[in-house]
Amino acid sequence: MKIYVFDGSFTGLMCCIFERFEMKDSQVEIVSSIYHQPSAFDESSTIFSDEEKAKRVLKGLNKQLNKTFINSLYKAYLSEKPVAFQHIFNAAVYAFTAKTDISGDYGNFDVMGVSKIAKNVSREKHRMEAFIRFKKAQNGLFYTVIKPDFNVLPLIQHHFKNRYADQQWLIYDEQRKYGIFYDGIQVHEIELMPQEINSLLPALEVADEKESLFDQLWKDYFKSTNITERKNMKLHIQHVPKRYWKYLNEKQ
Amino acid sequence: MSERIREKLKILADAAKYDVSCSSSGSNRKNTKDGVGDTGAGICHTYTEDGRCVSLLKILLTNVCIFDCAFCVSRRSNDVQRAAFTVDEVVELTMNFYRRNYIEGLFLSSGIFKNADYTMERMVRIAKKLRLEQRYNGYIHLKTIPGASEELIKEAGLYADRMSINLEMPTETGLKLLAPEKSHEEVKRDLGVVRDNLVKFNNERSIIKSTPKFVPAGQSTQMVIGASDESDKDIMYTARNYYKEFQLKRVYYSGYIPISEDSRMPVIGTQPPLLRENRLYQTDWLMRFYGFEVQEILNDENPNLDIQVDPKLSWALRNPQYFPVDINTADYKMILRIPGIGVKSAKKIVQARQFGRIHEYQLKNLGVAFNRAKYFMRCSDSRFQLNDPEPMYIKKRILEKSQSKYLKNNPDQLSLLF
Repeated sequence: MKIYVFDGSFTGLMCCIFERFEMKDSQVEIVSSIYHQPSAFDESSTIFSDEEKAKRVLKGLNKQLNKTFINSLYKAYLSEKPVAFQHIFNAAVYAFTAKTDISGDYGNFDVMGVSKIAKNVSREKHRMEAFIRFKKAQNGLFYTVIKPDFNVLPLIQHHFKNRYADQQWLIYDEQRKYGIFYDGIQVHEIELMPQEINSLLPALEVADEKESLFDQLWKDYFKSTNITERKNMKLHIQHVPKRYWKYLNEKQ
Repeated sequence: MSERIREKLKILADAAKYDVSCSSSGSNRKNTKDGVGDTGAGICHTYTEDGRCVSLLKILLTNVCIFDCAFCVSRRSNDVQRAAFTVDEVVELTMNFYRRNYIEGLFLSSGIFKNADYTMERMVRIAKKLRLEQRYNGYIHLKTIPGASEELIKEAGLYADRMSINLEMPTETGLKLLAPEKSHEEVKRDLGVVRDNLVKFNNERSIIKSTPKFVPAGQSTQMVIGASDESDKDIMYTARNYYKEFQLKRVYYSGYIPISEDSRMPVIGTQPPLLRENRLYQTDWLMRFYGFEVQEILNDENPNLDIQVDPKLSWALRNPQYFPVDINTADYKMILRIPGIGVKSAKKIVQARQFGRIHEYQLKNLGVAFNRAKYFMRCSDSRFQLNDPEPMYIKKRILEKSQSKYLKNNPDQLSLLF
C-alpha cells in the first residue's frame, strides 16, 4: 500500500490522480497533510499541487463522465472528509481504467460513496440557502455569520448573487474564517480572522432603524402561523435540527 | 404604529394558516439586472412546530367576510377580531421579509368584503405594485376570489406565479350543506378562465417569444377532509378529475380542525384526521409520480384507504400475481411498483444494472427500504423460495417491524391493528 500525502486542496487531489497513473501504483491511500501521521512502515510520498497537472486530470474526467457526476466529485470534496477524498480518488481511477462513463454505476462502492457524500453536501447547501437570516445594518449592508457543517460558501454564492442582485450582502463562515461579499456588481471572497470580523461587527451592529421591528414581526408571524392542534415536535426537529436554531431568529 | 401592525399581522396570519399550500416551486421567473428576487426549486425557510413548511408569507388581506361557510374561521357569524391590511403594508412586509431571506414570497388570500371584484382588485394592486414598483421577481401566490370578473382574474395572472381557488368540500353535496353560498360550478368557471388563458399564452409564446408570463407555476386547489362524510374514493376521484380537466399542479388535502360548535361537523377537541390526510397524499403521489390509475387503488370493493399500511403496499398485497419482480430484468415501471422502492432508487437501479447484475448488498447501499422491498423482488443472490409467502403473512411481518409515527399521537387507532 502506497500513501500519497497532498495539501488538502482540490488541485492537490487531482494531482494525486495524475501521480497514480504516472507511477502506475496499484494500491493507493490518499491523505490530506493535516491528517497525516508519518509511520516507519508506510511508504509515503508527498504530492505537490500543480495547476497544469490538475487541469489535465479534470479535462480527462470531463471527457469521461457526465456533468452531474463531475459536480458530485467537487461537492464531495467540499465535505472536507478524509473518506470522501479516497472515494473521489478511487472513482476517478475507476473512470480512467474503465474507459467508459461510469457515472451511473451505483453498484460500485466508490461511485455510490461519492454520490452519497455529495448529497449530504447538497443538503447542507440547501439548508444554508434556507436558514440564513440577514440583518440589515445602518449602512445598508445585509450580513450574517454562519458555521456550516461543510464548506458550502462556493456553492451558495450564485444563489445569493442572483437573488439579491440589488443589495449588498456579506456571508461569513466563522469556522473556515472566510466570507463572501457582494458589492452590487460581483462577489468577492474575503479572508478575515475571527478577531477582524468581531471588530467589523460593532460597525454592523448599528442596525437599520427598522431592523428590530421586522425581526419582531417575523417572530410574531412564526408563532401565528402555527396550528397547535397539529403540534408535532418530532417532525419539527427532523426538519429543523437543533444545531441550526442558532441561525434562526424565530427560534431565539 | 408598530403595535398596530403587529396586531394586524397576528390576526391575519392566524386566519390564513388553514390554507395548507406553501409551495414556492415550479415557477421560472428569473431576476432582472436591477431587481430583487427569483424563483426556482422552492425553499422552506423554516417549519412550524406542527412540522409544516414555511416558505411564503401567508396572510389574508382582510378577515372581514360577507360569506358564512361553516368550516371557516373568518365566517361572518363567527365572533373574532377583524382587521385589514393596506396595500402598502403588505408590500412593505413582503419586501422586508424577502430581503432578509425569511421567505420565498407572498401567499395572499382574503375574506370577501363588499363584493368579489372589490376584493380581487385590491389583491391585484398589491401584486402589481410588487412587480412594477419594487422590481420584485420572487414568488407570488394569489387566491382567486370566487365570482371575480374574468378581466381581473386575467390581470392577476400576469403578476402571479401561482393562482388557486379552493373546492373546499370534495363533493357538491358536502359543499351545499356547509357553505350554501358557494358552488363547485363557480370554482370550475374560475379555474377554467385561468386554464384557457394559460393555453392561450403558451400558444402565443411559441410564436412570439416576448409574450409575458401567465401563472407560470400553474394552478392548485384544496379540499377539507373529514368535515363531512365523503369516502376516500369520493375525494380521490374528484382530485383526479380536477387534475385532468384543469391541468392542476397540485391538489391539497386539509384535515379538518374543529373550530366551530356547528352540529353539522365534528365537535371541537376532535383530533384532526392526520393519518388519513397522509394516506390521501400518498395516493396523490402514486397517481402523479408512480404511474398508478386511481381505480387501481380505490374502487367499489375498496372505497377507503387502509389505515394500517400505505396505499402502495396495500395495492401490492392485493395483487400478488405481479410479484416477485426481478429487478435485474423488469421494466422501470414495474420496479417503481415494488413497495420500499421510490422514484430515485428505481432510476438508480435501472442505471446501475447496465454495469452488471445487482446483488442484495448493493441494493441496501442504494437507499432502498430493503426490509419492505425484499418480499416483493428478486435480485441476483436472492435465495430460491419454493412458495411465495401469503400476503397476510407479509403484512404481519412488515407491521411487526415498523412503528407508525402517528400511533403515539392517537392511541384509539391502536385498536384497529387487531
